[in-house]
Amino acid sequence: MDFNLSKTHLLQQELFRRFAENEIKPLAEEMDEKEEYNRELLEKLKRYGFFGIPYSREYGGVGGDYLTYILCMEEVSKVDASTGITISVHTSLACSCIDSFGTEEQKQKWLRPLVDGSKIGCFGLTEPNAGTDAAGQQTKAVLDGDHYIINGAKIFTTNSGFADTFVVFAMTDKSKGTKGISAFVIDRNTPGLTVGKNIRRMGIRAASNCEVSYENVRIPVSQRLGKEGEGFKIAMKALDGGRIGIAAQAVGIAQGALNEAMKYVKERKQFGKRISSFQNTQFKLAELQTKIDAARLMTYRAAIVKDQGGNYGPLAAMAKLFASEMANEVTRACVQLMGGYGYSREYPVERMMRDAKITEIYEGTSEAMKMVIAGSMKIN
Amino acid sequence: MKIVVCIKQVPDTNEVKLDPVTNTLIREGVPSIINHDDKSGIEAALQLKEKVGGTVTAVCMGPPQADVALREALAMGCDDAVLISAREFGGSDTYATAVIVAAALKKIGFDIVITGRQAIDGDTAQVGPQIAENLHIPQVSYVEDIKVEGDKLVVKRQFEDRYHIIEVKPPCLLTALQELATPRYMHARGVVEAYEKEIRVFGFDDLKDSLNPEHIGLKGSPTNVIRSFTKQAKGQGTLHTDLSADEAVKVIVEKLEERHII
Repeated sequence: MDFNLSKTHLLQQELFRRFAENEIKPLAEEMDEKEEYNRELLEKLKRYGFFGIPYSREYGGVGGDYLTYILCMEEVSKVDASTGITISVHTSLACSCIDSFGTEEQKQKWLRPLVDGSKIGCFGLTEPNAGTDAAGQQTKAVLDGDHYIINGAKIFTTNSGFADTFVVFAMTDKSKGTKGISAFVIDRNTPGLTVGKNIRRMGIRAASNCEVSYENVRIPVSQRLGKEGEGFKIAMKALDGGRIGIAAQAVGIAQGALNEAMKYVKERKQFGKRISSFQNTQFKLAELQTKIDAARLMTYRAAIVKDQGGNYGPLAAMAKLFASEMANEVTRACVQLMGGYGYSREYPVERMMRDAKITEIYEGTSEAMKMVIAGSMKIN
Repeated sequence: MKIVVCIKQVPDTNEVKLDPVTNTLIREGVPSIINHDDKSGIEAALQLKEKVGGTVTAVCMGPPQADVALREALAMGCDDAVLISAREFGGSDTYATAVIVAAALKKIGFDIVITGRQAIDGDTAQVGPQIAENLHIPQVSYVEDIKVEGDKLVVKRQFEDRYHIIEVKPPCLLTALQELATPRYMHARGVVEAYEKEIRVFGFDDLKDSLNPEHIGLKGSPTNVIRSFTKQAKGQGTLHTDLSADEAVKVIVEKLEERHII
């Protein structure tokens, strides 16, 4: 077992860290206030390869491994969780569906522009009445000659405000339940596809998270990913990998909050002393750092097992469950350590506390993670 | 166009502390970075390449760990990299360093050599100009802008109270200021590729035929640091502008006497 990052990983981490500190951090507060992602920043992220990390150079990607992508998620989320989810949904959900299940022709047409930094992708699975119960899809795709006609509505589609490419799930055969769901890739400009309003949220407020409606959206059969009925499998596989990214996001949020709290306690004086000199402060910070590190190791393990081609699903679920709950605890504790200032919007930890909550919910709730983990344990 | 950029790996002075007793830098545990002026030099070289074509080679003299500075240069877009590293080169001052780097540059070949103006750890601004002297090529220091016009470069050189616009024909050497170009980040794909490339290492044996071994390393260095101390801040000077030559002499002599200098 080797706990050291390779030289390549260390240099990638350095790149992600410098970019996050210099380019993302100065904009994070403003983007949160405006509830809008800065488009110039988005273009810069595209230019430096942030949207193609674990994809082959053959398709214009970076050619990094999953661990590199995880390091990126962690570093950007330390300063801005919204940037984290923007990269994550594109990379581990939209792109991975096409990379894993697309034909060569589909990869050239749809994956290449997504991973070479030209286009942004999004992933439409969740519906107003189908969250954890993804099988309750009401969006329908009906075959009409060599085309499908799609009708329905999706909600909480991250990146949809500016995405160019939509990976969407719809029922092709309601009677087959989860086996009746199929996956499609659709261009934003297809008639009938309408991006609705951005849903106002508690955290990750700079991310774009809209309702998307599909009204008689007519697409050729060549835009179906995988076989008819394989959609649920495609979505679940993408989410398995996506969860490692969310775990890394949670680790990043927590470490970012702890770094802010560390700075604060070294400066803040009460009772004539810096509060960092109180053992209560030191013990609290020690506990928090230990928990962050435990989550980090679980997250890296899941990524490394994925890179090695092993069975990473349950490991990803455990990493996400633990890391997301840890991030909520750590950010809450950091606000507490910083007292009134922590609660004020003058400091970023209140934003980080708001941002942390979603990691327990999206890409599978904590409860769904427990279903996956318990399922792998052969308890019943 | 064959462009060679000379870079130095230096301790990040934002993180560095001085030893209060010896007044030298405490280097342990301090992250190493590419010297700021040199990084602007890399950016200028890449921009030149984008305009006129050719290749950019990054060159660094230092211990084997300086490899990471060259990997970063590759990840930014340099085509290849050379590390100059040997026990015999250790302890070189600016004179000896320039002798060694010049020997390496002769071996590599070049049209334009770009160095940073000065390194943040030594602050001498001597190595670039000395390399040019060793190579017997024209040099322009303190470069803030480079334009290509036909077969020559039109270079804007920063001077204390003015700029010089200088035309120079390659082969030549330019020393870059940070203002010359804002360095790009590494590209994530560039990092992957940087570690797939081979970095050529020039040791003593590779360069011994094109340098005088008496002029390298600690023994070949004419400079000896006797003592380091923290600079005292200078007060603002006084400007006398409307004096005749005789009056000016009088003022200067008075000031010097006042301070017991003469």
